[in-house]
Amino acid sequence: MSIIANNIFSQRMPSKQGNMLSDNRIKELREYVASLERPEEALVDLMREAQEAYGYLSDEAAEKVAEIAQVPVIKVDELATFYSLIFRRPVGRKVIFVCDSISCWVMGMENLFERLKARLGIDIGETTADGAFTLLPICCLGACHVAPAMLVGEKLYGNLTPEMIDEILEKERV
Amino acid sequence: MLQPLLTKNFHYGHPATLEEYEASGGYDGLRAALTMTPDEVIKAVIDSGLRGRGGAGFPTGKKWSLTDRKNPGPRYFLVNADEMEPGTFKDRFLMERDPHQVIEGLLISGYATDAAKGYIFIRCEYAEAARALNRAIEEAGSAGFIGSNILGSGFSMEISVHRSAGRYECGEETALMNALEGKRANPRSKPPYPASEGFRMRPTTINNAETVANIPHIIKMGGSAWKSLAAYEGGAGTKLYGVSGRVKKPGLFELPTGTPLREIIETHGGGMRDGYFFKACLPGGASTPLLAPEHMDVRMDFDAVSKIGSRMGTGCVTVLDNTCCIVRAMINNLLFFTRESCGWCTPCRDGLPFVYNILQRIEAGVAEMDELDALEENCETIYPNSFCAFAPGAVDPVRSMMRLFRDEVEAHIKLKRCPCPS
Repeated sequence: MSIIANNIFSQRMPSKQGNMLSDNRIKELREYVASLERPEEALVDLMREAQEAYGYLSDEAAEKVAEIAQVPVIKVDELATFYSLIFRRPVGRKVIFVCDSISCWVMGMENLFERLKARLGIDIGETTADGAFTLLPICCLGACHVAPAMLVGEKLYGNLTPEMIDEILEKERV
Repeated sequence: MLQPLLTKNFHYGHPATLEEYEASGGYDGLRAALTMTPDEVIKAVIDSGLRGRGGAGFPTGKKWSLTDRKNPGPRYFLVNADEMEPGTFKDRFLMERDPHQVIEGLLISGYATDAAKGYIFIRCEYAEAARALNRAIEEAGSAGFIGSNILGSGFSMEISVHRSAGRYECGEETALMNALEGKRANPRSKPPYPASEGFRMRPTTINNAETVANIPHIIKMGGSAWKSLAAYEGGAGTKLYGVSGRVKKPGLFELPTGTPLREIIETHGGGMRDGYFFKACLPGGASTPLLAPEHMDVRMDFDAVSKIGSRMGTGCVTVLDNTCCIVRAMINNLLFFTRESCGWCTPCRDGLPFVYNILQRIEAGVAEMDELDALEENCETIYPNSFCAFAPGAVDPVRSMMRLFRDEVEAHIKLKRCPCPS
């Protein structure tokens, strides 16, 4: 096993993008930032909101964030490439984060990865052809009492067995 | 049987509402604290013997007394809820089940240290906990517990939740301050210490979420009464202990501080599942050195666990059973630390992958015996030469493996394969 980066998606890869923040919302965010003593303190929140709107933090989204916060775009990229949960390249509509830390390892998280890879037809770090899911490892989710655990989007699943994976994928697929 | 304090509202199974929290004596601690002087509150916390629950165990009252209250301010109080230590799941419960308890604790802490603003710094993945906290802040604000002139006392404090975006290093206190300021979460050099120049270079006090949650109970009961709840003379209060791994009843338990490891695992965790036996454990997260079966009777308290060469850390125990290869367990640990290194200093950024690679070679059966010397040398070099506590925490369990499980490590090299069942 080589070192699987969990933050590869924080490294930029240009691509086309879909939606964007509405003009109205941008106006609201500008007003909010203008009310702050230190606009750069809002950058993480702004990046997350832009990411939710655009699907990932595209170049255009990063530029929009910089414009709203009135900071150079390099400042946004400096942060975006640091945080593992800010995506600078496209991800699926939902990201599956499988905990691969010690308690989940003891409880058999490797079998979950195998099942997910087989069912989704992708490797860790890849996105399904239909754009539904991206599969990533994540550090301890603080759900060790129900290990092995994973997040699908923001939803936590625990006490997982490989058999439960199929049902969860069907339910979560949008 | 101990009356639950921290966990008394956990039975609801949802975030306790303001009404439910107040029915259990909630915000009485704040009311009482506001009739005391800040120095009296600090004195109560010193008397309680409370030590930091994030893992380092620094005396909380002492930390508060170091906050520069002569500085014109504003001062800040930060709650570290960036719980990412592998094996740890206590702060999640506190915030998801009883968010008002954390908020009340923060308000009293802010009063004692004369803070104008409090932040709860929470990891991105705890979306549900962040929602619970935000709802509770709204409720508490409407009830007059947050804002200006709280309960007519003249004390004012605002509270915000900051939801982060990943990265274990954010939990290091000065890195957390950088993160909150919208910078990369790299640690800062000390001095200056946060007590005089922390967040926004103003006097800042920072405590773990569990530490802060204890404060209302300390004020309500009195410092020495709370202290006497411990399992032994000299211990202090109650502690959240967790057990995970192949035990019958993995979970989180509030117990007297200093409860023996054996009781935590065998009585509360239900003991090992049938067909498995205890091989080793990480007593309080991935950065705490391994304990072996001969350590089972240690009292789970900071000093007692330190005395036998490990650390209590977060108090959430990860049990490794007889099917776990100790080298593979350490590879898993190092994978985590290698990925999460913030890259600020060389020993951590470049040294940890080196340690990881040697462990991989041992596990694959291709390492030579002299690579064990290289492994140990690297750990010894990284330990004292890194910028913050991250890299020492990464290599400490590996050093404990070489002390306690050297035979198993050497067996990999002699047999040229892993001797454990796969």
